[in-house]
Amino acid sequence: MSIILDHVNYIYGSDTSLAVHALKDINLVIPDGQFIGLIGHTGSGKSTLVQHLNGLIKPSNGNIYFNGEDIHAQDYNKKKLRSKVGLVFQYPEHQLFEIDVFSDVCFGPKNLGLSRQETELRAYAALKQVGLEDDYFYQSPFDLSGGQKRRVAIAGVLAMKPEILVLDEPTAGLDPKGRDEILDQIAKLKEETGITVILVSHSMEDVAKYVERIIVMNQGAVMLDDIPREVFKHYKELEEVGLAAPQVTYIMQALSKKGMPVRTDVTTIAEAKDEILRVLGSGR
Amino acid sequence: MLRDITLGQYYQTDSVIHKLDPRVKLIATICFIISLFIVKSWIGYAIAAVFLAVSIKLSKVPFKYMIKGMKAIVFILLITVVFNLFLTPGEVLVSVWKIRITKEGLQTAVTMAVRLSFLIVGSSIMTLTTTPNSLTDAMEKLMKPLKVFKVPVHEVAMMMSIALRFIPILLEETDKIMKAQIARGADFESGNLIKKAKAMVPLLVPLFISAFRRANDLAMAMEARCYRGGEHRTKMKPLKYAGRDRIAYGVLAAYFAVCIVIGIYL
Repeated sequence: MSIILDHVNYIYGSDTSLAVHALKDINLVIPDGQFIGLIGHTGSGKSTLVQHLNGLIKPSNGNIYFNGEDIHAQDYNKKKLRSKVGLVFQYPEHQLFEIDVFSDVCFGPKNLGLSRQETELRAYAALKQVGLEDDYFYQSPFDLSGGQKRRVAIAGVLAMKPEILVLDEPTAGLDPKGRDEILDQIAKLKEETGITVILVSHSMEDVAKYVERIIVMNQGAVMLDDIPREVFKHYKELEEVGLAAPQVTYIMQALSKKGMPVRTDVTTIAEAKDEILRVLGSGR
Repeated sequence: MLRDITLGQYYQTDSVIHKLDPRVKLIATICFIISLFIVKSWIGYAIAAVFLAVSIKLSKVPFKYMIKGMKAIVFILLITVVFNLFLTPGEVLVSVWKIRITKEGLQTAVTMAVRLSFLIVGSSIMTLTTTPNSLTDAMEKLMKPLKVFKVPVHEVAMMMSIALRFIPILLEETDKIMKAQIARGADFESGNLIKKAKAMVPLLVPLFISAFRRANDLAMAMEARCYRGGEHRTKMKPLKYAGRDRIAYGVLAAYFAVCIVIGIYL
């Protein structure tokens, strides 16, 4: 179960004067069960890239393989692919349309042609996975708060039981509390089910805590692709392209410049705390 | 998907036609359309074709791009041609079973096809080279005399420019929602008519909601900036005729005069 992108290029509006080379020669392997952060500035091509993963956009040239099969081959079943690679769009709450929350979540599995019982079981499980209370199930999705709507929309994709879950900016427009809740929920889901998760974001801070691999996109190309601590070592380059490393990186860099012998490759606040305490402890 | 609809969408490039005052282009388009209905002879259509070809050349919009946008109209064109071809009474040319093609039918069919396609290409040159905003500016300016009859010219123009502005936004939104629903296994293509209509619900409901939301936001933003229509408003970039606009008017007048002469005498 893996996705391979082989020399993928994509050009928007290729026959107009405004052609934009959105993706430039992307080569990636996304193995099973990884938790990946896809980071890039606005317009870096990250949204375009994730829409390639489930065949919504056909690359201008290059190939995409899912489990070894070319997804743009003539006889490939794209509907099945879309149930395997679940894509949650930016502001997914804008796609809600049903009269109540539960029916909206049923939409995905129903389209897969599952039985009614199976559909409802999956919808129920998905709503539980995103942590929504039973009280909301038969309310109109339009009466919910922003964060709740988003959970419903994510559940709508989860109900299809994808093997790879792609979330495009799942925290956009949420307050810090809502953001942490959603991200924690996703991390928990990842842990429980072992599915592959690709988290698209423009904020290093958001993903640093959770992911095991970071892919940095810049102007349509992959700039860095490594484990977080290695990626953050390039914090100067990241700044140049309008991104930033998490704040702890800067603190640790500053401390080490002041002569404190701390490791500078920590990625989370908890790690930083331990490291500083370690150095302070040994000094005494 | 929906991005393929290019009919009348502004095409950005730098050309003489793009730089013309929108009023010139608007009047030219109206004159061109009228001229198509004045002339009845082949010479007239030939002159219109030349006028059109020169405009296309000057506009620097690729002809291929223009034609691509016309695909949607081919169907209407085809119906017109077929009806005229088979249903016009007159001198019979060919007759198979009950179907007859008459000389008059052939003539009207060809004329109609030429007229319609010229009309569409002609007006699309205007929309391809003029931004919706400057187009409504031009309309507002040209309709100003109607104010005497208490026509709310500014408000009408404002509504038009807002409506036009929202077309690409809503198209983009449609595209996005469509993709999101396809990602959830929705199928917009297969099935019979009823099934297809039903499949539109997951697209239309979110689209309407978003349209209302956007309209609300816009109204709020306008109110917050103390917008009120019509009276005493000035423009940041008022329309002003330049030398090239006078030349364009001259060319247009000459073309129109020739068409009238041909229309009367040939």
